[in-house]
Parts: sequence; structure tokens; C-alpha cells
Amino acid sequence: MSDWGIKFSLGAVAVVAGTLLTIAMVNGFERPPIQTAQGGFRGTGMDENYNPRTLAVEHAASVLPGVLPPLPASGPKASAAYKNVLVLGDLSVGQFTRLMASITTWVAPKQGCAYCHNTKNMADDGLYTKVVARRMIQMVQHINGDWKQHVAATGVTCYTCHRGNPVPSMIWFNEPGPEHGHGMAEAYFGKNQASGAVGDAALPYDPFTPYLEKATNIRVQSTAALPGTDSQDIKDTEATYGLMMNISQSLGVNCTYCHNSRDFSDWSQSTPQRVTAWYGIRMVRNLNNDYLNKLHDVFPANRLGPLGDAPKINCAPCHQGVFKPLFGQSQIAGFPELQGPLAPAATAQ
Amino acid sequence: MAEYQNIFTRVQVRGPVHAGVPLTGAGWARLGKPNFVHLLGIFGDAQLGPIYLGATGMASLIFGFFAFEIIGLNMLASVNWNPVEFVRQLPWLALEPPAPQYGLHIPPMAEGGWWLLAGFFLTTSILLWWLRIFKRARALGMGSHTAWAFAAAIWLYLVLGFIRPLLMGHWSEAVPFGIFPHLDWTAAFSIRYGNLFYNPFHMLSIVFLYGSTLLFAMHAATVLATSRFGSEREIEQITDRGTAFERGGLFWRWTMGFNATAESIHRWAWWFAVLCPLCGGIGILLTGTVVDNWYLWGVKHGIAPPYPAMWGTVIDPATTGAGQ
Repeated sequence: MSDWGIKFSLGAVAVVAGTLLTIAMVNGFERPPIQTAQGGFRGTGMDENYNPRTLAVEHAASVLPGVLPPLPASGPKASAAYKNVLVLGDLSVGQFTRLMASITTWVAPKQGCAYCHNTKNMADDGLYTKVVARRMIQMVQHINGDWKQHVAATGVTCYTCHRGNPVPSMIWFNEPGPEHGHGMAEAYFGKNQASGAVGDAALPYDPFTPYLEKATNIRVQSTAALPGTDSQDIKDTEATYGLMMNISQSLGVNCTYCHNSRDFSDWSQSTPQRVTAWYGIRMVRNLNNDYLNKLHDVFPANRLGPLGDAPKINCAPCHQGVFKPLFGQSQIAGFPELQGPLAPAATAQ
Repeated sequence: MAEYQNIFTRVQVRGPVHAGVPLTGAGWARLGKPNFVHLLGIFGDAQLGPIYLGATGMASLIFGFFAFEIIGLNMLASVNWNPVEFVRQLPWLALEPPAPQYGLHIPPMAEGGWWLLAGFFLTTSILLWWLRIFKRARALGMGSHTAWAFAAAIWLYLVLGFIRPLLMGHWSEAVPFGIFPHLDWTAAFSIRYGNLFYNPFHMLSIVFLYGSTLLFAMHAATVLATSRFGSEREIEQITDRGTAFERGGLFWRWTMGFNATAESIHRWAWWFAVLCPLCGGIGILLTGTVVDNWYLWGVKHGIAPPYPAMWGTVIDPATTGAGQ
């Protein structure tokens, strides 16, 4: 009896434990191999971990569409040849048409010109998509011209975010939070639910509204050993932590890509990438407020969020899990008209 | 006794049903008719019951039940009373302490009042259980070592959820009641206060934590390895030569030059276990109240080595005026 009993009991325990472990492993673990690239000084653990299988998928998703051959700047201007050209009027007709064709490839390859244009009257602003697209062209010029601290000479095109989708993936809206009980029950605290936005942690699940739309202070660590200088509390820290988790997963990197984790706040121990990220946060905040939110009234209701706000961006739409969008491939050299705002007269609005 | 030469218990400890020594001066009886459970025999003695709850035990369970219900029902409300979501998201759900603006005031129930109430019930329950352990030990004529060991854990619990928030002047500094949320809190706590690894009391706490596992492994292995000589029958052997007990001692003396005694090994174990939460509690208590950034404190006191700059000079862009 006892031998059989022991075998049965151990067997039952093993089956239950094995099942639970398998579920945990399949859901939570990553199958090897993991490749490690050391970044910081030895012993600091400032390493980046890469899985070649993930890298292969990301590389496959980062193949750029072909670039149309450049056309001469000579000939009639677009503003003269077409009506209602407000932003790109200084381009030649050839350059203008080439950019339009490129945008179709980048943004609406399946839908074609008709996604933005009334094909019976291409100058018509009746479709909201055309008004949005015009502002987005200005936004790309603004990014490439004014945010070199973040995008450097690599720059961005429509494709960096859109990747062939009329609406970029991974955009975000203000978070109404999940349905929850009312009355005397615990109110909405904005955390303690499983959230993909913060790496499946229980951290605050809208790290975007406070930091990437509003300019809430991100820095929580005291810069003095003793108390008296820093009033940030643990809840503030959890919110910052949520933002950092999102940046980490958007870029496919660890904390140590930017920080020495023994002293997160110290810039002198941080990597230069942290400076780039600092500008990135401000760039995204700027774009959300000055470009995307300003389009609020242009968007139809079905493009707005559950709280009626305009779609916004964070790091993910461009980076898509890669430390540099599209692994740093640049298309901008072939499109001088996107490298910065054109002459002020041409950028009416 | 070769049956003990196994990493699993293979001997069912099963004597005649024993109802226990007569109770003296107690207003309560021991509850439950004792019987045998094979599965329990795999882990320990096969006899289940009777149990003595007493007034403190009953009161502790009632207070504990209130705390459990408050936490559980608020978690259920946070997923809109959906039982499936409750099970699916249980590790993520929590009862959250009040927001900072409430300081030490009593917030509305929905804004952290439930957290305060649950904390009160849970603390009362734990303290009553402590009293019960103390009284049961006394009733059996035992020392109160178990109660004081438990008190060490209660100290850490009280520092985290009560004493330190009081000193900081904010209930919001306390820990949420939830599985992942309290872990996220722990990480955020360390980040906010500049890396707890540079807190010397945290260091000591880890020493005693890891030390406890080491001592427990050494002790348990020694007892099991000498069980073929009957070492589990300590009392008969403790003073005799050539017994399993002496062998165990000699093993360590000849392996590392020194051996604990059958009594002192348990003092080592007790102090290591007790000092783990005791030091930890002191470390938490000093955090934010006396030290605001442990890493910088470590630099000040020469325990954080500088590393060479790997990337030239990286400067905070907020200080250069280059920001947009």
C-alpha cells in the first residue's frame, strides 16, 4: 500500500507541477538561444540580449520598399500645375508626382490614390484623409528638420510609422480604463490590471497621457543622499516605471541600454542613447500636441479614441521593437523635400 | 531506519490516535475528532486534529476573514464583478493604498478607505494569532521562541504598512494588497530611494536570508544522513558517545574544524531566521526617513566603486538648455 501510495501521490504532484510549469514556460519564457552584447563596463551587467529568431522576424519586417528614381527639379512647379497644393508647391511636377506615388506605397498600397483623393477632383479636400496626410507631410518635415537630436541624419519617412498601413499600428488613445464596480467599491486607480502597455506588469496602464501628452515630471529619484529635496513618491515612481517599461519593449532593449541600473538617474553613468531617448520623449510629446491632437476635428468619430481624443503616438509606431526603426536604414536621402520644412511661403498653414 | 534514507518521507508516522494532554484552565475544548490521512503521513505525522482555536484563534480568524473579504471583493469590483476576469487577472489585482494627497487622513472608502480598513483587520488578525501562539506555547510549558520568531516577521510587516507610512506622513507610502502589485511596489520602492542594494540593513537581511537556507540545508542534511543510526531520536542520544548525534557533530568538525552542538545549531538557525526580517525592517524604516538615495549614501561612505566612463561625457540635456 505504502509504495503504491507514494508512487501515486508523487506522480500526481509531478503531473500537476509539470502542467503548471509548462503553462508558465510556454507563456512567460523565451526559448533559447539568447545572444548577449556587452555594452557597459565589465561587471555592470549593461548587456543587451537578442534572440536570433526574434531578430529574423524583425529584419524580415524591416525590408524597405523600393525607391522610385529621382526626377529633376526643373519644369513647372506643382503649385502652378495643380490646384490647392499648400505644402509641396515648390516641387517640380515630376518630383511632386513621385512623392505622391511613394506615399501611396508607404501608406495606402492597397487602397491607392483614392484613399486620400477624390479621384474626380484630386484637388478636393473633401476626404479627411487628405487633410491629415497634408499635415503629416509637414510633421515628417518637422521631425527631420527640427528633431535631429533624435532622428539624426537617418530621418523618417511616412513608411517609418505606416509600414504600408493607412493607420499605423500601435497608436494609442487616452485610456478610459476597464469597466469596474462603482459606489463604495475601490475607485479607478489606473493600475493593477494586466497591461500589455507596460510589459504585462500591474503598473499604471496608461503611461502615455501623463508623459507623452502632458509634461508630467518623469524624474523620481532623489539627487541627494539625505531627505529634504525630493517629494516624488512611490506612486509617481510606479508611473515612471510604467513609461520606462513601455519604452523598453518598444525598442526591444533592457533598462541598461540607456541606464546603469545601480543609479538610474545619474547621467554620467548613462549611455549616450539616454540623451537620444530624452529628445525622443520630447519629440513625441511635441508631435502629439502640435500635430495629432490638432487634427482632432478633422478625424471622423471612428478614428477617435474611446474618450473622443485623437490618435497619438509613442515610441512603438516607429521603433516596432527595434532599437533603431528599420534597423537604422535611411530613405531620406532620396527625398530632399522631406528633410525639413520648405520655404515658409510654401508651408502656408 | 533505512526507510529514512530517502529525500522523501517513506515512513508513515502513525500511532494510536492521541487526543493530547488534558487541558487545564482553558475555556475552550480541542475541536475535531482526530483521524489519519495518508497524504499527511507523507509530509509529517499522519494524524489530523484535534485543534485548539481558543478565543484568540477564533477572533483572529474572524478579523482575518473580514480583511480577506474586503481585499477580495474590491478586487472583484475592479474587474466589474466578472468572476472569469477575477480568476484570470487575480495575480495583477490589488487593493491600493490612498493617494498621496490624503496624507495620514482617513480617505473616502473608494479612495483608499477600504485599504485602511483591510489593513486594520489584517493587523488585528495577525496580532491575535501571535497572542494565540504565545499562549499555546505557555500552556504547553514551552518557551516563547516561536512567538518571538513570528514577531520578527510581524515587525517587518508593520514597518512596511504602518510605522514607515506614519513617519513619512502618507498612507500612500504603504504597500498595496496584491500579488504582482506588491512586487511592482517593491521594485518602485528601490528605484525611488536610489537602489536598496546599497542599504546596509538590506545587505544584512540578505546575509541572514541566504545564511538561513545554508544553515537549514546543513542541519537537515546532517540529521537525515545520520538517521540510519537513529538521529531523529535526539533525546536518547544527545549525551552519549558513538551515537548518530556524535557522528553528525564529528562530520562537521572533521570537515570544517568546528561543529555546532545539537542545541546550538537551532540557536544559529533561530537567530538567522529572526534577523532576516528584523534587519530588513530596520532598513525599510530608514528609507525615505533618514536616507533618501541609498546609492548616493553609498558613494558618500565609500561603498560604491566608480566605473570608468565608457562613452565620454554624457550630460543631462535638461541642464544644457538644448531642450525643445
